[in-house]
Amino acid sequence: MRNQILVLGSILLFITGGIACEKMLPKAPADDEILDGPIEGLTPEQHQLFLRGDVAFNDEIFTTATGLGPLFVATSCGTCHAGDGKGHPFTTLTRFGQTDNTGNHFLQLGGPQLQQRAMPGFLPEQIPAGATFSRFTPPANTGLGLLDAVPDATLLSLADEKDADGDGISGRPNWIARPAYTTLRPGTIERNGKYIGRFGKKAAVYDLMQQTANAYSQDIGISSTYEHYDTYTGQEIDPEISNQTVLDVVFYLKTLKAPVQRNQSDATVNKGQQLFANIGCDKCHAPTLSTGPSSIAALANKTFHPYTDLLLHDMGSGLDDGYTEGSATTPEWRTPALWGLGLSKKSQGGQYFLLHDGRAKSIEEAILLHSGEGQQSKTYFQQLTAEEKNALIRFLESL
Amino acid sequence: MKKIIPFFILALILTSAAIAQIDPSLLRRFPKDTTKPTMNMDAVYNRPFLQVGKLPVALGGYVEANYQYLSEDGISEGHQFQMRRLTLFVASTIYKRIKFLSEIEFEDGTKEINIEFASVDIELAPLLNVRGGVIMNPIGAFNQNHDGPKWEFVDRPISATQMLPATWSNVGFGLYGKKYTDNWVYAYEVYLTNGFDDKIIANSENKTFLPASKENKDRFEESFNGSPLFTGKIAVRNRKIGELGLSYMGGIYNKYQEDGLTLDKKRRVNVYAIDFNTTIAKTNTYINGEWAWVNVDVPDTYTEQFGRKQQGGFIDFVQPVLKRPMFGFENAVLNAAVRLEYVDWNKGTFKSTGSSIADDVFSIVPAISWRPTAQTVIRFNYRYNWQRDILGNPPSKLAGFQFGFSTYF
Ligand code: HEC
Ligand code: HEC
Repeated sequence: MRNQILVLGSILLFITGGIACEKMLPKAPADDEILDGPIEGLTPEQHQLFLRGDVAFNDEIFTTATGLGPLFVATSCGTCHAGDGKGHPFTTLTRFGQTDNTGNHFLQLGGPQLQQRAMPGFLPEQIPAGATFSRFTPPANTGLGLLDAVPDATLLSLADEKDADGDGISGRPNWIARPAYTTLRPGTIERNGKYIGRFGKKAAVYDLMQQTANAYSQDIGISSTYEHYDTYTGQEIDPEISNQTVLDVVFYLKTLKAPVQRNQSDATVNKGQQLFANIGCDKCHAPTLSTGPSSIAALANKTFHPYTDLLLHDMGSGLDDGYTEGSATTPEWRTPALWGLGLSKKSQGGQYFLLHDGRAKSIEEAILLHSGEGQQSKTYFQQLTAEEKNALIRFLESL
Repeated sequence: MKKIIPFFILALILTSAAIAQIDPSLLRRFPKDTTKPTMNMDAVYNRPFLQVGKLPVALGGYVEANYQYLSEDGISEGHQFQMRRLTLFVASTIYKRIKFLSEIEFEDGTKEINIEFASVDIELAPLLNVRGGVIMNPIGAFNQNHDGPKWEFVDRPISATQMLPATWSNVGFGLYGKKYTDNWVYAYEVYLTNGFDDKIIANSENKTFLPASKENKDRFEESFNGSPLFTGKIAVRNRKIGELGLSYMGGIYNKYQEDGLTLDKKRRVNVYAIDFNTTIAKTNTYINGEWAWVNVDVPDTYTEQFGRKQQGGFIDFVQPVLKRPMFGFENAVLNAAVRLEYVDWNKGTFKSTGSSIADDVFSIVPAISWRPTAQTVIRFNYRYNWQRDILGNPPSKLAGFQFGFSTYF
């Protein structure tokens, strides 16, 4: 009898342990510790769309059988954008062959994007002799729908192409040719047939549709009805992905939430925020933007804090790789959003890889590599006391 | 291959009809040779079989089902009831030293139906047996000795099923044999079979994944690339110390030519494994483990996402804590057990940064199991996994409770 009680006892202990002890199950990470997840205010129907896009973005791994390659850089979106956070040098994209606004002169030799990986038996691309190139580490994919819904007029109002206010900073948009399959945003502004680009590190992409169709084609070697040229043969081929999947992914990107700031009431963080404005970082890393109308109610007329003006700035010769896109010049880069910066290490394998090619291994190093239009605020940064620098960095880490 | 199943079912129906009509005293358990120490390689025959009267065929099988509640980083799929597998064995002695045994497995309901084993064994001498048909490649120990009722854990070891492809069977031929001395048994096995294909580096797991080749059911009728897979194992067992096995499996996995045209160079996959098991006499603690190394010739121009080297294994400790009649079961045993397991799917460093590639999992599974008889186990597991992505970002944590049974019938 005693034994039987022991048996029953241990069994019961296990079961009740399981049911009662939620502590024995891993907790969900706090919302402000992850980038993944939808914005608030989506309808149940929109949640379904979001989940479909989530699966296509994160879980759909391409193989030869499903169209991968023959040339490619990675096998899925999620490989390069793990957890929607910043990526690692191992998933870096390299583009080559354009030095000014006359376009890419190496299109016949595999430009603009290098596909350095290939299916077994195929030869991957190499950068042709004489072509200049830039490397791009994957940015965080976060709050993209909000950035997408900022009216063109806002960007133009932030621009100061001729530096009329004489502060040494002259942001300007990248005027680009827009593929026909993109959808005009409300109130979009056109100049001589060119439109304002806002995605990508050179701001050479009009919207998330173009970004997605391009990524499938150039990064994974998956053709779609939108981008139907094979990167290996240069020939038009059958689509290897459905329009629906592409649209689902675009919806997913659009409805990704904005990062949630941490330690907002910390005194040091607040001091850092003050310094950020005082030394002029906010002239490019604009703290606040607002969206206009949007077909997704949760995105319409929202105010948010991305710390970017989405405009191009000449960052000096140190960051000039001699490669460009659209009407940007080679030392010009789009101000990257700083939201989510503090979570970068969690998606970059425990280390920072900042700036367009991941060359900066710390926030401080990234700041010290600012030059050109960023020279003035970098100089101010260098003049800060150690304590002030620390406060500024603490603030940036809270984003 | 699917054609076989109706026959199987028919055989079952016929025999169960026969059972209904015959005197139960004619049913007898197949006698097992218990005088000699058994090894992992004997597992296929070392199972309870049921023989009906004088029928030359013996039947057996096992079934396992479970409940689980797992949660990964705070997100759970809720309460899950799972019929993991139902396996049927048919064995027959065709002639004195000619045997046939087959094992058919229905996994996850009827989602997967596999012939795990179906071969004819001809004993020419104890040291020289010929085996042919669908065999289980003897890599490590788990692949050969995988019957659910033998284990105290609901899940199969991660290294055995997510790195090695257990259960991994192929068509082929080979030899095996054993030599007994007083306290020792020495055994060998060598087989040539059909083998892997290029799915091991082109799969939806986004990692080098040997089990992906199991999707290729054509391997039972044709080799993917025309080159055989070699599997060989040597093992020794000492009555007092335990058993140690060393095994190797390797071959070319890619399609390097077709219609006489060269498509790629020949690329190999090599697997090395060591397994051991022992019972500590003093405490009666049973220890069982396996470790394996995989290396795959992945083209340099492919992606580092797919590892060139992998390693992993598991170790189980099973401690009987009560051994006496319980609830009227004469030989009931209550065990406490724990499994530790680890797999690194991508051993190496990134070319771009020189830092090491993660893509690994560590897991611990404490368990309580109750065996009313040796053939039946009721088990309660708690599992905790820490899994890191390729970059070594903070691990995703999966944990939860599993409860289930597994029994021979
Ligand atoms: C090989 C790695 C890689 C793959 C695969 C990849 N991306 Fe990217 N992604 C990048 C890099 C690098 C950039 C920055 C490129 C640039 O600035 O022009 C980027 C930029 C983006 C951006 C722009 C973000 C911004 O702030 O401007 C979006 C959106 C995006 N990717 C979505 C996707 C989608 C959707 C897929 C799958 C179809 C995908 N990516 C596949 C590496 C990758
Ligand atoms: C003239 C506009 C401008 C000013 C002023 C400016 N930045 Fe930047 N910042 C940029 C641009 C453009 C980049 C991207 C450069 C690149 O990728 O090569 C950048 C990159 C960064 C990055 C790296 C972000 C990432 O995701 O890799 C950090 C951090 C940063 N800036 C912080 C600051 C701070 C702090 C200040 C104030 C001291 C400041 N910036 C002032 C334009 C500016």
